[in-house]
This record gives sequence, structure tokens and C-alpha cells, in this order.
Amino acid sequence: MIANFIEGLTKYQFLQNALFTSIVIGIVSGVIGCFIILRGMSLMGDAISHAVLPGVAVSYIVGVNYFIGATVFGVFAAMVIGLVTQHSKLKSDTAIGIVFSSFFAGGIILISFAKSSTDLYHILFGNVLAVTQSDMIITVIIAIIVILFVIVFYKELLVSSFDPVMSQAYGLKTQVIHYALMFLLTLVAVSALQTVGTILVVAMLITPAATAYLLSNRLSVMILIASTIGVISSVIGLFLSYSYNLASGAAIVLTTTVFFLVAFLFSPKQNLLIKRRKAIK
Amino acid sequence: MIDLKNLTVTYQDKPAISNVSLTIREKAITGIIGPNGAGKSTLIKGMMDLVKKDSGVTTVDGKPLNNVRKNIAYVEQRNTIDLTFPIKVKETVLLGTFPKLGLFHRPKEKEKLKVTESLKQVKMEEFGDRQIGELSGGQLQRVFIARALAQEADIIFLDEPFVGIDMNSEKVIIDLLKKLRDEGKTIVVVHHDLSKVTTYFDDLIILNQELISYGPISKSFTTANIKAAYGDSMGDLTIKGVND
Repeated sequence: MIANFIEGLTKYQFLQNALFTSIVIGIVSGVIGCFIILRGMSLMGDAISHAVLPGVAVSYIVGVNYFIGATVFGVFAAMVIGLVTQHSKLKSDTAIGIVFSSFFAGGIILISFAKSSTDLYHILFGNVLAVTQSDMIITVIIAIIVILFVIVFYKELLVSSFDPVMSQAYGLKTQVIHYALMFLLTLVAVSALQTVGTILVVAMLITPAATAYLLSNRLSVMILIASTIGVISSVIGLFLSYSYNLASGAAIVLTTTVFFLVAFLFSPKQNLLIKRRKAIK
Repeated sequence: MIDLKNLTVTYQDKPAISNVSLTIREKAITGIIGPNGAGKSTLIKGMMDLVKKDSGVTTVDGKPLNNVRKNIAYVEQRNTIDLTFPIKVKETVLLGTFPKLGLFHRPKEKEKLKVTESLKQVKMEEFGDRQIGELSGGQLQRVFIARALAQEADIIFLDEPFVGIDMNSEKVIIDLLKKLRDEGKTIVVVHHDLSKVTTYFDDLIILNQELISYGPISKSFTTANIKAAYGDSMGDLTIKGVND
């Protein structure tokens, strides 16, 4: 089976593209996902990945690369969510819920004007085997931007994630960091559309990061673990998808879930088994 | 010298702080006391421009707040901190060096030495590699004090630093604050325990939305002022033994 997969890899360009893209996306979604979960913005990740849908549709209609439209709409959604949260008494999760479902609904209607329903299916659930050369290049560029950003502003990201009040007190522009992160989150969400689709992007962002969170007590280590899990899950998921003819996105996401379950049961931080044993005694 | 003019803060149409103006001395420990909901935390947050305010301007030695922010350390209430965050004691203290490092500079040997030094001063040097969630309340408080030390700020704001901590930690912290004061720092402490007021502070702000009184302990900490802030019963209970 593995031999079959490797043979496929040597034979088919599309499979090579798929593997490469999935790996790159595994890395970046792990990196950005760590900041998303530490800042308590998991729902925001979900929201942005859904809110890019109308952008994809508009790009099809206008005839530009869907990265452009999707990014514009993702950032726009983040801004609308910020605005609603600041200017109403609603809590942010409510604001997020309203905004992203509206964007998503708008997207579904627009898509029906743009192209056939097959495309909608691919956007919703991903189609990594159809990744084109230009998609791949854009994905790599996004990965480089994200990783450079995190390396250069690691200090600021760390302090503003851990202690936003202290950051504000010493004059760090926490709002700027927030929107910069939202922008990168959008870029990652858009590139992950290809591998796992809009609906499951959030899993790529959150599950590896959450797993790493249970296994580490340093941010830098957490990021490394999350990326590693992202990569391994992408490879295994793609392999399963190719070998058993499963939906690639779902296969990748379920692989990350397996990692999470193992960490959940055995992580020293979580201590689930030890606690249970103590409880039984 | 911290100069605050006309601070007014409103939370959802309810006044939290009304028109407070005061000048905080340098080289002194200034306490802020008042009943629950008096706006003590809001006062210091307002001073540092960390809450939305209706009015109020802070200057430090005549300079606008935004020019001196790096020189102000703020030790928040501990319960606002995420204790499960993947960060160790050493790194937490290292955060204190970030303000003066500025963008694009990474902490190096010098900053790491400062961390060791600061942890020593709060007697926490053995705990550097612990995750912050593994500490007791008092230990954690000392770590945040160490972070303020590492920042080498001339002004330190502390919000209820003595709540829920052990006596040993409390002593380590107050001794250190007094030492810092003697070195010339300006220290402002939000506090709720009236019994320690005379031993801990040089100056006292008594607050209940409005400024009730402010000045050296001997002038500010009087039965009349406490009654004005807390109501009749509290005044008599707590002030015995202090000058009227």
C-alpha cells in the first residue's frame, strides 16, 4: 500500500503537488493555530475560514485568482466582527456567529451564480488533488510570510498573547498585532481551502495546536510540535485518501484528531489517566 | 512625579471615577484604599490610559504618558493571568525586559542576567524552570514583581498584590517595595486591608468614586476620612490607635 503511494508519487505530478502543498499547509496552520488558541480565538478562526466563501465566488465571477477575493473578504469579516463587538453590548462570540454565518450564506448564493455545484463542493470540502502549480507557489509564499512574521515579531506575539494588559501598559500596539494576525489567519485559511476545504480549515488550525498545547510548557516548543503534527497528519491523511479513495480533507483532519486523542489521554499536563487512577484509589 | 488631572471614567452609564485630580510623589509608596466598587483599580488603569475614559490627562514629570510608558511597570491582579499558558517562570520575568528592548531586538545575555538577578531579589531563583501554573499564589505574585524589576521602571503600579498570598511572600514583597522606594522609585499600590495601611504606605489615597482624601498617612488616614469612604461602622473599627 505504501509502495503504491510512493509509486504514485513518482508517477503523478498532481500527487506530488498535493503532498507538497499539504505539508506546507500543515506547517503554517500549526504555527498560526498556536496563537489562535492561546488568544482564545478559535471561533474567530472558524469564522474567517467560512467568511472567505463569498470572496472565492466573487473571484470566479470577476475572473481573478481566488486568493485575492478570499483574502479581501476574510480581512473584511475580521473588521466587521471587531466593529460589531466594540460598538454593541454583544459578546464577541455572538458577533462572530452573526457575521460569519451571514458571509457564508452570501457566499453560497454567490457561488450559485458563479459556477457549477461541483466547485462549491470542492471549496467546502477541499480538493487537494486538483492543486495547480500557481496555487502551490502562492501557498509557499504565504508560508514564508507567516513564518517570517512570527520569527520577527515573536517577542511581541508572546507578550501580547500572554498578557495583553501589560503589553498595552508599556505602549505596544496590541490592536495592530491583532489585525496583523487576523490578516495572516485569513491567508492561511485561504491556502488551506485547497487541502481541507472551508468547513474543516478550523480543524487544521486548532487541533494540532491544541494537541501541542497539552504537550508543552513553552510557546516555541508548542509551535514546533503543532507544525510537526500538522505535517505528519497531512502526509498520513493524504496517503489514506489516495489509498482508500477517501475525501482528503476529512482524512487529514481525522488524523489530527487521533493525535489529539492520544495527547488528551496521555499528556502529563492533562494528567487524565493519573487523575482517574487517583480518583479510583 | 505623576500628575493626574480630572479623571472621570464611566462604565455603562454608571460613574466609576468622578473627576479625580492628584499628584503622586516620587520616592514614596502610595496606597489606594476604598470600599469594594470604589474604583481603585479603575483609578490606576485610568492613570495609565488602559480604560476608556470620559476625561483625564496623565503626565509624568511634565511629559505626556505615551512618552514614558516603558518606564512604568504594571503588576496586574493575578486572576487576570492565564495560568495554563505555555510559559515558564524565567520567560515570564524576561517579558519585563521587552519594553526597553523595543521592536526587532531579541533578549540576549544581558537580559537573561537581569532575569536571574530579579528572581533572586524575590527569592524565586530556584523556580525559574517551573511552568507558571505550578506556583502558589504568593510565588506567582513574586514572579510578577520580578518581572516589574526586570523592566527597571521608575514607576511601579500594583493592583492588590497582597490578596491571597502567604505571609512570607507578603513580607518579601513589602520589604522589596520599601527598598525600591529608598532607591528612588515611585510606587502605587491598590490595597484593601486597612490594618496594614500605616506600616506599608507613606501616602494614602482614599477613594470612593470621588477622591475622599489624599496626603501623608498621618493626615489622610483619619477616622473622619475612613467614615466618609466606608460609612460609619468601619471607621471606628479600623482606625483605633491612629491619630484622629
